[in-house]
Amino acid sequence: MKNTRIRVLIAKPGLDGHDRGAKVIARALRDAGMEVIYTGLRQTPEQIVESAIQEDVNVIGLSILSGAHMYLFPKIIKLLKDKKVTDILVIAGGIIPPEDIAELKKMGIKEIFTPGTDTKEIVEFIKTNVNTI
Amino acid sequence: MNLSERIRQGDTRAVAKVITMVENDFQQAQDILKELHPYCGKAIVIGITGPPGSGKSTITDRLTKYLRKMEKKIGIIAIDPSSPFSGGALLGDRIRMQDLSTDKDVFIRSIGTRGHLGGLSRSTQAIVKIMDAMGKDIIFIETVGVGQSEIEVIKVSDIVLLVVMPGMGDDIQVIKAGIMEIGDIFVVNKADRDGADKLVTEIEMMINLDEKGKRKPSIIKTIGTENVGIDLLWKEIERCITYLRDSGQLEQRRKNRIRKEIYDLFQENWREMFYQFIGEENLEKEVEGVLKQDNDPYFAVQKLTDLFKKELFKGGR
Repeated sequence: MKNTRIRVLIAKPGLDGHDRGAKVIARALRDAGMEVIYTGLRQTPEQIVESAIQEDVNVIGLSILSGAHMYLFPKIIKLLKDKKVTDILVIAGGIIPPEDIAELKKMGIKEIFTPGTDTKEIVEFIKTNVNTI
Repeated sequence: MNLSERIRQGDTRAVAKVITMVENDFQQAQDILKELHPYCGKAIVIGITGPPGSGKSTITDRLTKYLRKMEKKIGIIAIDPSSPFSGGALLGDRIRMQDLSTDKDVFIRSIGTRGHLGGLSRSTQAIVKIMDAMGKDIIFIETVGVGQSEIEVIKVSDIVLLVVMPGMGDDIQVIKAGIMEIGDIFVVNKADRDGADKLVTEIEMMINLDEKGKRKPSIIKTIGTENVGIDLLWKEIERCITYLRDSGQLEQRRKNRIRKEIYDLFQENWREMFYQFIGEENLEKEVEGVLKQDNDPYFAVQKLTDLFKKELFKGGR
C-alpha cells in the first residue's frame, strides 16, 4: 500500500533571528498534509543542503529577512548542483526586492513569495510543481 | 552499482532514497532490505524515550558529540507525531542537532508516525536495518514525546533510556505502570531545576520495590544543554550493555525483535492480501450493512473470512 507524503525542509540561512514567518509557513504546510522538517535558526548553506539530502525532501523552502539572500541563496543552489541534486524544488520567501527576484529565479529558485502572500498560494504552488522537476 | 551496494558503502543519497521507499511503499523496498539483511546486526540500538520537552533531542545530540570524539559512527532516527487530521507533520528534532548535519559520519532522519501508535513509525525497524548496513556503530531511536503507555521502543532497541525531568507530577506518577517500567537507565534531565533530587529519590524508591534478582535500572542526572553528566551517562550505557550481553538478555531482546519483525511483516502481507482477495468494494458493502443495522460486524467478518478462503483457494480474483 502506498503511503506517500510531500516532504519539505524549511530553513533559515544566515544570521537572521526572525522565524515567525517560517513557522507560519511550516504550520500551513503541515495542515496541508506535508511532512515539514524545520531545522531552526542560523543555518549555513552546507547544513541546509546536507539536511535536505539526508531527509530526502521534495522541496527546500528558504526564509530570509536579513538582506543576505544574494550571497546565501546562490551558495545553496551551487552546493545542490555540485552534489548533483536535481530533484529538489527550491522556493524562497522573505523581504526580497523585485530586481533580485528576477535574478534569483534565473539561478534556479523556482518561486519567491514576499510578505502578504496567502499560505494557500504556497501550498498550491508546491503541489503543482513538486513532481514536475 | 545497485542501491544496496551503495548503502553498504555509506552513500548518503542512496540511504536517504531507500528510507523514503521504505516509508512510502514497504512492499517495493523489501527486495533491497533482503539484500541488506546479511550485513546487519553489528550496530547497538539505543532507544531514547520520555515525555515531550524532557530533553530527548538534546541528550541525543550530546551523546552523539561525545561518541564522535571516539570516532563512532552514528545514525539517528528522530520521530515526531503526524497529524491525525491532515496526515502532515512538523518534524523539529533537528533544531537541537544543528551542528551534526555536516558531520559525514552522522546520519539523521526525521520521521513522522503516519498514523502508527506506540511512539514509533511503522518503518522504524527497517530504517534501523538500513543504518546498520551502512556501517553505523550506534543507532539512536528518539521516540515521539510519550505519555504513559507508548512503549514500543523496547521492542526495537537493545537498551532504553527514559529521559524524565522534575516537575511532572507527584510520586504516584512514578509508580504507575507502563512507561516507567521500560527504562534500563533513567536519565533525570534538567537536574539543575527544583525537585530533581526529590524525583531521583522517588525513582529509587520505585526501583527498590522491583523483584529481587532482576537488574535494577540506574539513575543518571544530567543537564543536557550544559553537557553535564553525559560522560557518566555513556559509561552507564556501556556498563548496562555489558550486563545485558553477559546475562543473555541482549540475545533475548534481539530474539524478541526478530519475532516482532516477522509478525509485523506477516501482518503487512495479510493486509495486502485482504485487498487483493477481498477488495475494498466487498468491505464497503459490509460497512453499509452494519451501518443500516441489517448486519453486525461479527457476522460481516465471518462472511469476509469465508470469501477470503474461497478466493485464496481459487488463487485470487
